[in-house]
Amino acid sequence: MLRVDALRAIYPELSRCIVVTNMGFAPAELFSLGHQQGFFYLWHSMGLASSVGLGIALSRPELQVVVIDGDGSLLMNLGSLTTLARYRPANLVHVVFDNEVLLSVGRSFTTATATGTDLAAMATAAGVPRTATCRTEDELARAFAGALAARELSTLVAKVDPVGPASYFIDLHYLESRFQFQRYLRQLRPAASEGGPD
Amino acid sequence: MPVSAPNSQIIYDALKALGIRLLSVLPETWLVHLVTLAEEDPEMILVRLAKEEEGVGISAGAHLAGVKSALLMQNHGLLASVNGIVSLAQLYRIPLLMLVSHRGGFGEEHPWQTEGGGVTEHVLDALRIPYLFLDSPEHVAPRLRQASALAEASLKPVALLLGRSLMWED
Repeated sequence: MLRVDALRAIYPELSRCIVVTNMGFAPAELFSLGHQQGFFYLWHSMGLASSVGLGIALSRPELQVVVIDGDGSLLMNLGSLTTLARYRPANLVHVVFDNEVLLSVGRSFTTATATGTDLAAMATAAGVPRTATCRTEDELARAFAGALAARELSTLVAKVDPVGPASYFIDLHYLESRFQFQRYLRQLRPAASEGGPD
Repeated sequence: MPVSAPNSQIIYDALKALGIRLLSVLPETWLVHLVTLAEEDPEMILVRLAKEEEGVGISAGAHLAGVKSALLMQNHGLLASVNGIVSLAQLYRIPLLMLVSHRGGFGEEHPWQTEGGGVTEHVLDALRIPYLFLDSPEHVAPRLRQASALAEASLKPVALLLGRSLMWED
């Protein structure tokens, strides 16, 4: 399974969610499928996408949050699985694209998932109530729709080929993305809880 | 336990007065009363972290989502959070408010705290993070207001160092 095809399989639902991506090629692939105001691309800050998603999910329970993570990124912040599980936000689905390598460095250095580390099992052991490992676009699409419908914290590990696009480039500066995303979340805020300016 | 309960209450009240609604914390001895106050406050979203750097991400998410937050940790937690502070809070212009217990300064009796105590201010300087010490109860409310104002005006991290004379009843 190619990650871009996996993203395409869940894109119709993703486009209606608040999405925080990790760094690397995944944001470029998601952007290539069509940017939405609810998409936030976290360049650098490796490992922290799940923490940013948790902050949004706890702050705004009315929003459906999706974190797009990677094996290398999640391995850098494994404790985040235990924090997610402790607070168990019902509005957060954590999708981990596991290609078993650090693809963006230019040569395929394997991560520990290539030698047996099972991220879905680790999420289960951390206490995440709903986990799955998906190997085809159909499996992922079903698991993703199921997780959204269940309204339950979920970690879905999608095993993908170690293949990415030619470039990371997306025509949206990270600060532009950050302010656009914040403004969009402000506009989605229920009128009753309108806050002040930044 | 000689952690100052009255001064912890003053700090908590000042955080509430600033409109802080989410507090991420990695507990340590000086912070026990503050964590307990947050646990018992139904208006506060308390996030107990596994590692402090997570709190940088959580505060960034809260800020983008329109909720005012603070990160409460020991100075060794600040040291453990440096990449998140640089690559997320500074790169993405997040007004991260950090309350950092300054262990390992004058009066410290635990040898293991002393190295961190010696480098904390240098690290903050190197990161170009503005900071002030909170050393007495009168400092707390005005300096917290000033720190919060600067963080939000600059859209950058700001730190308050919780000093021994505020937190510990020797």
